[in-house]
Amino acid sequence: MTDEPLLRVSALSKFYGSRVGCDNVSFDLWPGEVLAVVGESGSGKTTLLNCLSTRLLPSSGTASYRMRDGQFRELYRMSEAERRFLMRTDWGFVHQNPADGLRMTVSAGANVGERLMAVGDRHYGKIRATAVDWLSRVEIDEDRIDDEPRAFSGGMRQRLQIARNLVTGPRLVFMDEPTGGLDVSVQARLLDLLRGLVTDLGLAAIVVTHDLAVARLLSQRMMVMKDGRVIESGLTDRVLDDPRAPYTQLLVSSILQV
Amino acid sequence: MTDIATYNFAYLDEQTKRMIRRAILKGIAIPGYQVPFASREMPMPYGWGTGGVQVTASIIGPDDVLKVIDQGADDTTNAVSIRAFFKKVANVAVTTDTGSATIIQTRHRIPEHPLTAGQVLVYQVPIPEPLRFLEPRETETRKMHALEEYGLMHVKLYEDIARHGRIATTYAYPVKVEGRYVMDPSPTPKFDNPKMHRSPALQLFGAGREKRIYAVPPFTSVVSLDFEDHPFEVQTFDQPCALCAAENVYLDEVILDDHGGHMFVCSDTDHCEKRREEGHRGHLASETHLAPGNMEPAQ
Repeated sequence: MTDEPLLRVSALSKFYGSRVGCDNVSFDLWPGEVLAVVGESGSGKTTLLNCLSTRLLPSSGTASYRMRDGQFRELYRMSEAERRFLMRTDWGFVHQNPADGLRMTVSAGANVGERLMAVGDRHYGKIRATAVDWLSRVEIDEDRIDDEPRAFSGGMRQRLQIARNLVTGPRLVFMDEPTGGLDVSVQARLLDLLRGLVTDLGLAAIVVTHDLAVARLLSQRMMVMKDGRVIESGLTDRVLDDPRAPYTQLLVSSILQV
Repeated sequence: MTDIATYNFAYLDEQTKRMIRRAILKGIAIPGYQVPFASREMPMPYGWGTGGVQVTASIIGPDDVLKVIDQGADDTTNAVSIRAFFKKVANVAVTTDTGSATIIQTRHRIPEHPLTAGQVLVYQVPIPEPLRFLEPRETETRKMHALEEYGLMHVKLYEDIARHGRIATTYAYPVKVEGRYVMDPSPTPKFDNPKMHRSPALQLFGAGREKRIYAVPPFTSVVSLDFEDHPFEVQTFDQPCALCAAENVYLDEVILDDHGGHMFVCSDTDHCEKRREEGHRGHLASETHLAPGNMEPAQ
């Protein structure tokens, strides 16, 4: 870990008219760190994620990102072209619904290769070899490379989406409920895979989830949101084992025990 | 029948022509960029060349000589009708000779005879957006053009190779104009793509239904997209034209009977007829009843 954060967020707020999306959120994210954002539906988790990934512009506040050259750039002052370039090179975004993050009508190989071609790769053989490599890393058989994601199961689609995002070697990945809608055994394998990839590649990630078990498995640090505000944050183990805010205590005690 | 005097010269009113000329000038200034324009209703259905006709009507003058081709042929319904239309509403000279035309309106071909400086080639374009079938949102494709995000175009070519082992796109093959805009050359066969590169003629593209005009000025670089290990190549034919024995031209397959008989002939009828006048003969040239168009008897 270096002595400078990757992302600095300060007093970020987003209002939808008079309604609050997220209010006055500040934190630093360090390289290689996984931060979980938890809270119930409507607590502002996804709004926060969309603001950070510049898919939404916040009403106020700043976020600056340390580029590969070591310089901090303020996200909301970058041109759209720069933001979109960042989005397809240094960042990844894993959607809850893989159909939102994949091109459903082109083959798995092309889905993985698209980012490479977008940054100027023009050698078919190399693109395909990289795609094969990434499919195997996310445990998709090589002979599925020319199949469309439409023919994939939910878990495979989600793994394909992850491969598509990681192929350019991003440093920061945003995940919105990456395991939502998957059954528990598929979920477990996906989490295992994600944990492995994050560790191997030294990725920083911001994971939005309402599933505290996912947060415990993946993240080192955690923020709990309610009504658009961060009510508690700290090391994941600390927050889950010793919740301080009454709402966090309620949340933790609401976990179903099997 | 209405008298011709009730039409403005070349059918369109002068205000409309000015508007279209402005779009054309903008298109020429930004090669390959699709300029929106207020496409008018024309006395023909969409898909029959309303864009091309509006462009031609806006640039044609009394001294122009007009040639109209449809898939390379001067004698198909669409070509004959549009030629007759301008003869009637603009009273201009018309020709089938590529060399003597000043304006050539075309659907889906570039003539075989090399174009020269001063000539204008007007393309009829059905779908001007090369990214349309990959990204259906026009708001998004315009942004992609603006930001020069063309990775998606290669996704299409990647898919071709993955499925067919080679780039299987044979027409409307995407090109990059002057190193900047990716452009749909209209559904011309990719055989014609190299002719666009640094052509001395001005090339104008009109899409009537889609309300877009774009242009390639003379001597502009037009490069077909490809991969390093799968370079762009044009179609080749393993036999010459059956009527004029021309090689290295684009051929149409013509079915001769219902027993599988067929022949390959030049799609450019003017080129084929010229060659036959010069004495070139293909292996089926004597059978005059098989030939398309009006042919002189075999010698």
